[in-house]
Amino acid sequence: MMIMKLKIVVLSVFFATCCISCSNVKTEISGAGATFPLPYYNMVFKDFSDTTGINVAYGGIGSGGGIRSLKDGIVDFAATDAFLSKAEEAEIAKSVIHVPTCLGAVVVAYNVPEISSLRLSADVLADIFLGVITKWNDGRIVETNPDIVLPDLNITVIYRSDGSGTTNVFTDYLSKISDRWRAEIGAAKSVSFPVGVAAKGNPGVAGIIGQTAGAIGYVGSEYAFARKIAFASLQNKAGKFVKPSTASISAAASANIPADSKIMITNSAAEEAYPISCFTWIVIYREQNYAKRSPEQAQATVKLLNFILSNEAQSKAANVHYAPLPENVRCNALKSLKSVTYNGKAIE
Amino acid sequence: MKDKVVKILTFIAAVIILIICGGMVYSLVTGAVPAFEKFGVDFIFKKDWQYTPDNEQYGALPFIVGTLITAFLAVIISFPFSMAVSLFVGEYFKDTKVAAFLGTATELLAGIPSIVYGLWGFYVLRPIMVGMGLSEQGFGIMTSSVVLAIMIIPYAASLSSEFIRMVPNDIKEGAYSLGATKYEVVFHVILPAAASGISSSYILSLGRALGETMAVTMLIGNTNTLPTSLTDTANTMASIIANQFGEAAGLKLSALIAIGLLLFLITALINFIAKMIIKKYAI
Repeated sequence: MMIMKLKIVVLSVFFATCCISCSNVKTEISGAGATFPLPYYNMVFKDFSDTTGINVAYGGIGSGGGIRSLKDGIVDFAATDAFLSKAEEAEIAKSVIHVPTCLGAVVVAYNVPEISSLRLSADVLADIFLGVITKWNDGRIVETNPDIVLPDLNITVIYRSDGSGTTNVFTDYLSKISDRWRAEIGAAKSVSFPVGVAAKGNPGVAGIIGQTAGAIGYVGSEYAFARKIAFASLQNKAGKFVKPSTASISAAASANIPADSKIMITNSAAEEAYPISCFTWIVIYREQNYAKRSPEQAQATVKLLNFILSNEAQSKAANVHYAPLPENVRCNALKSLKSVTYNGKAIE
Repeated sequence: MKDKVVKILTFIAAVIILIICGGMVYSLVTGAVPAFEKFGVDFIFKKDWQYTPDNEQYGALPFIVGTLITAFLAVIISFPFSMAVSLFVGEYFKDTKVAAFLGTATELLAGIPSIVYGLWGFYVLRPIMVGMGLSEQGFGIMTSSVVLAIMIIPYAASLSSEFIRMVPNDIKEGAYSLGATKYEVVFHVILPAAASGISSSYILSLGRALGETMAVTMLIGNTNTLPTSLTDTANTMASIIANQFGEAAGLKLSALIAIGLLLFLITALINFIAKMIIKKYAI
């Protein structure tokens, strides 16, 4: 009797799980990676599933985690704000392509009571993060902000405790504008910041800046905009103070971009450019038949990327404070997507 | 028949647990091998944590120190409160409604998820620390330890009150019949008799403080340097892993796993000590 009951329970559980998995015939694709473009992806992926019925599950686990998942063959695509180096590509062994999806900016957010606009020159920014400038009313900050009264408040630098594409972009910029930064700290997904307090993820950094008087840190633009945290105008290479905006981010990508789009566009020479702008990418395998994926999945993946590169999706980037790709970059990306295959055959 | 089924089921369950436990240790050890191969035992005593691509240097010392300081400080801070609660519940107001209510309320603290403690620390405690002038931005070892102390009060209090209750009535009555006051009974009879149990309950709560991750990560400031004062920001072994595993690869991943292994060993050792004390000095 007891065994009978047990068998029934076991069998019913077994069938129940079976039904859940077999009712799931709809194609679903999954990706993982950067949190930096997450607000944009959330919007685009939803539009995509509304128009095609294909669901996209995206895990914002960080660029490195995304690439690792792709390497393990457990996702259809990975998203990253730092393009793969030659060594990293070699480690994956199979050929991958980088598809740029939009342009974004890393903003320098701060929290100084009653100060809503602030201008920072390049060397002052570097010295704040190096710990040379420690007070908000330091003469060098006052110099570029003659119209406001800065308080006698200590500066608390906030940086990312986890490895991050955002840190990579920000430190790449600091390395370009400060010799000392390049020599002592360098540019990478995580570096040893000489001063400050660290928090996990863009939301973590934005949260601490919002809560701490005297704080300054760097976050993906949307995280500052959404929380209404003040951010600084930065002095670009041309010497102009520029606020991050769709126009100023686009301006940073107006220079010559290589066909594979693998370039850092920080410290752009363009006159209207916001200096800490960057591309963000989705990385997929060129040969889509891996880890027992179906042709439908491969097709859906390519379809998604074509959708992101469509004018319709691109035009919406500005809604969440990212910038659309320049036309030539978009065309090159569409071209490289054509080289994606399944079993060696091009995907329709 | 029924007997046999239950016997087999429990046997299978027990074996599965053993296999999982062994598998965890195995994967921790194999994962940690590259880090120990590269840095040797020195890994435990090095204080650099550098991820420069061609010159990676990883050492666990700042995190071991951060972990031990926050955990011990938490036990010290929680001691007067948990001790008072356990005496109140276990002796002074034993078996009264007030004691039952207080006991339940303390145990309720144990049921609060650590992220909630973290939130409370972040939004309530941190501004208080800043207001008291203890620290510039309110993050650091002190803030983490205060929150940890509150988190471990229920463990220490409920375990100790059990040990206080377990002190045989005969010896207490003996003391009273000799004319001892309540104070004398508590401090000269009950506490010495329950001392081993009480100390092991504090060691067990120390073990819990060592491994706490979420609340600490939110409050400690996450800096990878050796702390020099109690208001310094730092990182614990658990928080460095939580912070950095996502982007870690290669040697760095191995270093994080090695830290995980060390944490596992430290907590295992502490639990072992607690069990030994209970066993050896049991009433």
